[in-house]
Amino acid sequence: MIRARGLSLANMWVAIIAFTIASAMALMQALSRADLDLPFRTAKMYYLSVTAHGVLMALVFTTFFIMCLGYVVAERTLERPISNPRFAWISFWIAVVGTALASWAILWGKATVLYTFYPPLKAHPLFYIGATLLIVGSWGWCWVMIRTYLAWKKEAGGARIPLPMLGMLSAVIVWLIATVGVAAEALLQLIPWSLGISETIDPVLARMLFWYFGHPLVYFWLIPAYVIWYTVTPKVAGGKLFSDPLARVVFILFILLSTPVGFHHQFMDPGVQAGWKLFHAFNTSLILYPSLITAFTVVASFEIAGRMKGATGLFDWLEKLPWGNPIFSSVALSMLLFAVGGLGGAINMAYGMNAMVHNTAWIQGHFHLTVGTASALTFMGACYWLLPRLTGRDLELKLLAIIQPYLWFMGMLMFSFSNHLTGLQGMPRRIYDFSYGGSPIAAEWTQGTYMSALGGIFLYASAVCFVAVMFGSLLAGPKKELTPIDFAEPLEPPGDKARVLDKLWIWVLIAVVLVIAAYAIPLIQHLSMERFGAPGVRVY
Amino acid sequence: MHIDPYEKFWLWGAALIIVVFLVSIGATTFGAAIQPPSHVETIDPTSVMSDPRFSETGVTINADGSATVRVVALMFGFIPGEIRVPRGVPVTFRITSPDVIHGFQIVQTNGNSMVVPGYVTQFTTRFDRAGEYLIVCNEYCGLGHHGMFAKMFVEDGLGAATGGAE
Repeated sequence: MIRARGLSLANMWVAIIAFTIASAMALMQALSRADLDLPFRTAKMYYLSVTAHGVLMALVFTTFFIMCLGYVVAERTLERPISNPRFAWISFWIAVVGTALASWAILWGKATVLYTFYPPLKAHPLFYIGATLLIVGSWGWCWVMIRTYLAWKKEAGGARIPLPMLGMLSAVIVWLIATVGVAAEALLQLIPWSLGISETIDPVLARMLFWYFGHPLVYFWLIPAYVIWYTVTPKVAGGKLFSDPLARVVFILFILLSTPVGFHHQFMDPGVQAGWKLFHAFNTSLILYPSLITAFTVVASFEIAGRMKGATGLFDWLEKLPWGNPIFSSVALSMLLFAVGGLGGAINMAYGMNAMVHNTAWIQGHFHLTVGTASALTFMGACYWLLPRLTGRDLELKLLAIIQPYLWFMGMLMFSFSNHLTGLQGMPRRIYDFSYGGSPIAAEWTQGTYMSALGGIFLYASAVCFVAVMFGSLLAGPKKELTPIDFAEPLEPPGDKARVLDKLWIWVLIAVVLVIAAYAIPLIQHLSMERFGAPGVRVY
Repeated sequence: MHIDPYEKFWLWGAALIIVVFLVSIGATTFGAAIQPPSHVETIDPTSVMSDPRFSETGVTINADGSATVRVVALMFGFIPGEIRVPRGVPVTFRITSPDVIHGFQIVQTNGNSMVVPGYVTQFTTRFDRAGEYLIVCNEYCGLGHHGMFAKMFVEDGLGAATGGAE
């Protein structure tokens, strides 16, 4: 029984509501790719909806779901109530108020600056203040998670940190390191400038701070998905986790390598020296390693499940897996697509090749496989897992839940494949219209964009299924006994193996040193050069 | 720590993949001198048009046959809107913005860079195929973003005499 289940559920519902709005926004963008003459389709609406989709999906849906999962994991695996639940509720409300303010600014057309909000495009001050409050609220969550862990540690007498908790703690650490960048950008640059206190702003500095945050942000999305992959899915599949210590290695590597890589988003930027970009490119290739390990360990855990159910051949264990269970299928399908997304990421970070794909449709093709599938589809599957266990109501409209991951998979295949392709053909990302004055070069993109639109329709159908199951279960799900929240056992318990992996302070210290090595000198060089600020512009 | 033999094989294999990536990035960077545009030069964005570096935009053919192209990217177009450069020679682009961040992407080439107000973007590339190219802004810059483009023509026999500015 989870004591903080009200709090967890509150976080989950904010995530689901954000998802509901954001996915509706995406439908309109997808249809824009088919160039349909819809009555509500204008440039203003298009860019507004791209902003809303990005902010609500990437920052709101993910963060609130992760906070929900964090509280559940902390209480269940540490077997104690979270520390200071009152403070946790206050933090939740701060994050909700921040989200509401930023959403108001976006939906009322006062912040059409996309979710990357690069200055000197200027938004309403409440957009920046709201986003900052969301992050402040999430810091409250971090504090509660750490307090709960420390209270447990004091009494645990040298017990190993439960693996799911180690994963969530690494997400907390990555988030705390990452948000320093965006907090600095918001507090020192964006908020004073949007309020008129400072006249001008340095856009390259803002981009450096944003991407200092923006890349570890993707691991903040990914690590909780890995927690599900490692510690929930093998259990759901009826098997065991292949290797506990290696899973720990993966989470620790994320703590170390998530942040000193941000310049790979700025390869094409003026004002940042090539040498530092190269250093970040090398760091980025190292961070592929934990994901390659994960691909092996999680698939091996699925094989164990198949074999425990009697499979003996080379591949027949695949048939024994519960493909009709959406908790399992969502993870298995998101892993398949993530494999492609990971390889695409290797192309993006390849210093020279990046010029071919930077800011093209390739990029949205890429990150809809990573955050849009590896994280989002896993989180949806995790909602099917969590909701009955937190509410005591079984899933309603189960058939929709069963087909939903497959719809997402098919839609994403079409969407992502076509966007990778049109990206290589040079089509820029996030554009309302792609005719470019009837250019024959732009006309080559059309076939791909139609496929992308079709993929978008499948994805939206999948999103509708998910939302229907969630609200259906909330309102009419048949009451049943609370199913316990159980995590996968490892093949062999970690025992005393690699205990150093549990000494988190060592890894935090090394991570901070790496961040300083990657950022201190370029930041100092940047700040000491003669720079000219840019005044704000509002053109939306 | 006990590691399964299959797992060990995979761990080393994965490490090898990453070494291959590192080596190939290193080789193209240092061997083929492929670098992303990383020029560091600042400019006052409020006086771009009167700055001597951008008071004359367009194409200049240099004495060695290479070309320099000066472009101002602004909401929502490029100045000049039509660029003619010689085929097969190094072409250096120098670009800046007086307003917001733009992108400068020569479609289906490796000419691609951000254009940031307050900074001068500079990169050099070469075009081996003659013909018409499309240049687009690939960074959202406001409601007219999708209308921000220019044309580039790569031509044979563009010498110093026929070149010159727009």
